[in-house]
Amino acid sequence: MIHAAFLIPAFPLAGFALLALFGKRLGNPLSGWIATALVALSFVATVIVFIALFQRAPSARIVNEPWFNWFAAGRLRVNVGLLIDPLSMTMAAFVTGVSSLIHLYSIGYMEHDEGYPKFFLYLNLFVFSMLMLVLGGNLIVTFFGWEGVGVCSYFLVAFWFGRPAATSAGKKAMIYNRIGDAGLLLGIFLVFERTGSLQYTTIFSRLGNVSGTDLVAIALLFFLGAAGKSAQLPLFPWLADAMEGPTPVSALIHAATMVTAGVYLMCRISPILHLAPDAAHTVAWIGVATAFVGAMAGCAQTDIKKVLAYSTVSQLGYMFLAVGCGAYVAAIFLMLTHAFYKALLFLGAGSVIHGMGDEQNIKLMGALRKYMPLTALTFGIGWFSIAGVPPFSGFFSKGNVLENAWSVTPALWAVGALTAVVTAYYVGREYFLVFYGSERWAKSDSELVDAGHGGHEGARGLHPHEPGRVMTIPLVVLSVAAFFGGILNLPVHPHLVFLERWLSPVVGATLFNPHDSPGKVWAFSLVEAVLALSGVVAAYFLWRDTVDRPKLEPRFLLHAWYIDAAYDRFIARPSTALATFSATVVDTKVIDGAVRGIAGVVGTIGGRLRKVQTGYVRNYALGIIGGTVVLVAYFLIRAKG
Amino acid sequence: MGHSELAAIFGVAASSSAQRAFPFLTVLVLLPAGAAFLLLLVPKSVTTAVRSIGIVTTLAVLALSAVVFGEFHSGVGGLQMTSVHPWVAPLGISWSLGVDGISLFLVVMSALLFPIALLGTGERENEKSFTVWLLLLESACLGSFLSTDVLVFFLFFEATLVPAYFIIAGWGHERRGYAATKFFVYTFVASAMLLVGIIALVFIHKSQTGVTTFSVSALANTHLSSMAGMLLLLSFTIAFVVKAPVFPFHTWSPDAYAEAPASGSIVLAGIMAKLGTYGIVRFDLALFPHAVVVIAPLLMVLGVIGIIYGGIVAAAQRDLKRLVAYSSLAHMGFIVLGAFALTSESVSGAVLQMVNHGIYTAALFLLIAMIYKRTGTFQIGPLRGLQHRAPLLAGTFTVVVMASIGVPGLNGFVGEFLILAGTFITHRWYAVVATGGIVIAAIYMLWGYQQVFHSPESEAPPEGAFPEMTWSERAVIAPLIVIIVFLGVWPAPILSRITPTVDNLVNHVVQVGHANVPAPGLPAITTQALQGGSGQ
Repeated sequence: MIHAAFLIPAFPLAGFALLALFGKRLGNPLSGWIATALVALSFVATVIVFIALFQRAPSARIVNEPWFNWFAAGRLRVNVGLLIDPLSMTMAAFVTGVSSLIHLYSIGYMEHDEGYPKFFLYLNLFVFSMLMLVLGGNLIVTFFGWEGVGVCSYFLVAFWFGRPAATSAGKKAMIYNRIGDAGLLLGIFLVFERTGSLQYTTIFSRLGNVSGTDLVAIALLFFLGAAGKSAQLPLFPWLADAMEGPTPVSALIHAATMVTAGVYLMCRISPILHLAPDAAHTVAWIGVATAFVGAMAGCAQTDIKKVLAYSTVSQLGYMFLAVGCGAYVAAIFLMLTHAFYKALLFLGAGSVIHGMGDEQNIKLMGALRKYMPLTALTFGIGWFSIAGVPPFSGFFSKGNVLENAWSVTPALWAVGALTAVVTAYYVGREYFLVFYGSERWAKSDSELVDAGHGGHEGARGLHPHEPGRVMTIPLVVLSVAAFFGGILNLPVHPHLVFLERWLSPVVGATLFNPHDSPGKVWAFSLVEAVLALSGVVAAYFLWRDTVDRPKLEPRFLLHAWYIDAAYDRFIARPSTALATFSATVVDTKVIDGAVRGIAGVVGTIGGRLRKVQTGYVRNYALGIIGGTVVLVAYFLIRAKG
Repeated sequence: MGHSELAAIFGVAASSSAQRAFPFLTVLVLLPAGAAFLLLLVPKSVTTAVRSIGIVTTLAVLALSAVVFGEFHSGVGGLQMTSVHPWVAPLGISWSLGVDGISLFLVVMSALLFPIALLGTGERENEKSFTVWLLLLESACLGSFLSTDVLVFFLFFEATLVPAYFIIAGWGHERRGYAATKFFVYTFVASAMLLVGIIALVFIHKSQTGVTTFSVSALANTHLSSMAGMLLLLSFTIAFVVKAPVFPFHTWSPDAYAEAPASGSIVLAGIMAKLGTYGIVRFDLALFPHAVVVIAPLLMVLGVIGIIYGGIVAAAQRDLKRLVAYSSLAHMGFIVLGAFALTSESVSGAVLQMVNHGIYTAALFLLIAMIYKRTGTFQIGPLRGLQHRAPLLAGTFTVVVMASIGVPGLNGFVGEFLILAGTFITHRWYAVVATGGIVIAAIYMLWGYQQVFHSPESEAPPEGAFPEMTWSERAVIAPLIVIIVFLGVWPAPILSRITPTVDNLVNHVVQVGHANVPAPGLPAITTQALQGGSGQ
């Protein structure tokens, strides 16, 4: 049954091909249903292969599935093929599962959009690329998926191409990603140079010959790629801008799946990272720093989606903290539960935006729990999960990360724990501003139009309402997953750590630190529960009835520490000036000027000598041939002498 | 020394093909020129006849090139389908043609792009002389790629200039006269150096062997002092780097590409630029391995500068055609880098990239011509929001842009990847800097696309003012898109025909030139070390 693995990416690829050819004729909503069905089929195929893999002995669960020779030259041989193992199948299962739900949700969310078939076309292409990324049997197939998801992200962020903000955001996402990709490519070259292969299984068997310095270089270059894709310091500013895309895109690509590709990549190369502790430390510190920076930025945002965007930056930071501590299972565990509760939060936000007629400013919402009770409930479940309130899934997954951080150094744990409080707080702030307080959207209607906030036709005369069933079903399913997700890996008993036992053939055992006694684990859990609840309580008292607290929403956090502005000021603008200078001065005046100067001198001399300047090309040609003869003669004399 | 490699490079590969009755290559080269002379007899006013002859001829050449591709033995490194006929016997000049892995796909690509250049660019004044020039140009290009006699190569190489000059000067845009003259004089001066080099090489060879010959395989056996080898290499290379063009010899190209008519831009950037890079791989590497090893770092530096500088300057362009011209400078930089990195991977990548660049650059110029036809401008400023009016044109443009910035799955990736991976093995830091080029490429290409296609609908051309691609336009661009996808997904059949020739060539340079690079087929790490590491 493992051979059926080709069906997993084949279904969404078929969907892409189908919509590319007949999308317009299939129209709305049929094209959306077809796209959704094909992704659901891909999920079914994944489950079947997953079970087949599960039935094998743990040591036989790493299977290479080569398809065909992609390209070969010199000693470089690249196959297109898959690597089926517990890690890739876990990724495939959650990617296809979450994608199916978000496809379904999009049928409702995008129902009035002109570009409806095109949206699903891109979405299917994205799922195909993401599956090639996680299932790829060598670095180049992974890189194919890696670039593919980046391109799809560009298409989907810039989906509403009539909005300059959206198209600039799409371009920005792609360029930041490309900076990371350049690092990843160099890492791939170094791997190839040192091991002579690009196939994962072969690379890992040859690491014994690679020097420590090279391993650190490889790991850090891969991490540069991961930082671009997963929005880590210093390459994170694109993710907040990417919120210009439709909300299902934010949920699928910029929360649940694509942005976790960097974490996946680092787990995939865990044998390299394992041998490069210096690189791992760097990853852990950058991860925890990003977690803190992102969470703080989330505290001051006013756009419902940007809170969640910085939250994603922050949560991804936690995942890299886990990776850097060697806790790959904890990273994947957090990735899975994050996919559930962050997709849930984004889809909840989409439901609010949909119900509010495209309003995204949380300061202009309030009291929506009365009108959208299901959305409020499910959003609340998402909040408690991300906050780490027991027994929601985030409690277990974030707990794993923090415990592993402690065992590396308590300093990492301390920053992570502080961030955990902030996390519970800033999502709480959003929750209360949206669902509690007064109905600011109702009374401020006329003021808003005056203030220029109006503009969307449907936004006025608001009647907030729950969306239709295609949108609420995914909310409910994801709520259940976000609530119970901890079951995947319960650290209360060695038999219950399913994920750990499943993934250990690939990444090794990492969850239970041998030095941690059961008492210590319970102590950690208690501390983490207190941290989470303190954030929740703080949000309740500060934001339940209050809309503005300028001291808690400083400008530098609203602008995400001015990092983006600094890049613009110190990198983008000087680069633009350099480009203009190169084009107008260096190229036209210096280089071409020299050429024209030489031509002018020759022309003048020629004119004086021959007093004939016809300007005909044939005369120049004649002169050149004459000169050639002289040169030949000179050459011959030199060559013979 | 290295005689067996030379035999492998230049020798007749398959003995059966040497005796083949039908001279495919000679017909391939002479067919367009013959049709051009036939056209001279057709009255100017009978435009349909003129057009039909042009189209039928270029399609026949395309079909013939497909036959050559079919007859080509993959896995064979030497020249195939050779035909050798003494021409000017006392001077040792012979009409000798042959095809191998380096030239095969350049021939097929040229044969593909000429009918597209003819068909894809609409009606024009004085169709007859245009078609005559274009057919002569096709003969000259194919002759350049197929000649194995240095002087015949030179004649074809020079012969490309005249039709190209008249096409730019006759059917170009506003500053066509200036651009055409600059193009002609610049490249002609550089080619004069090539002639000097050829004649000097032949005389040196004669002084050693007493034989006057222009045959590449014979000349490759010439013993050259390091000074003579260096001077000769420079004289050859100057012609090739101007033609490609390579930084800093590129300033004729933005003018020529921008002022030429669309068909001219397609042929100039798609095919004629490859005459330069082809010359480097075919003649520089084979004839002067010692000197190549010495001078390679200089040319790699120029290549890398071209990649970065070309990208930076492209980012400041305000004219679509000039933007593509500078992006070509960057792409040519990649090819030169790969050629002089002297590994099997990088040189194979360079040869593949010549073909890839030809395909997507032709597609870009075609699409830009469609925009020009509808709006009358190449300026990025006034063009806004075209995606609102012509989504299919925009989608096609997007695919080509993605190919040109090297997105895997499309044809630009594999060549660039092989070049960079191969370069990284021998010249790590060149590859590191060059990899920065992929970021810059994304910046200027996506910026240009955003400016022209993305904008609020209110800024787009009024309804009906910018129609969608017509069926004939779709038919012309479709083959290029199919090839862009095909070569991205499955370049293996192309590479398997390129690599045997390249492996022989790189072996020759490495062994004769004593270059410090690992021989192809051998891993850089020792076998012993491998066994030690595989135990875990």
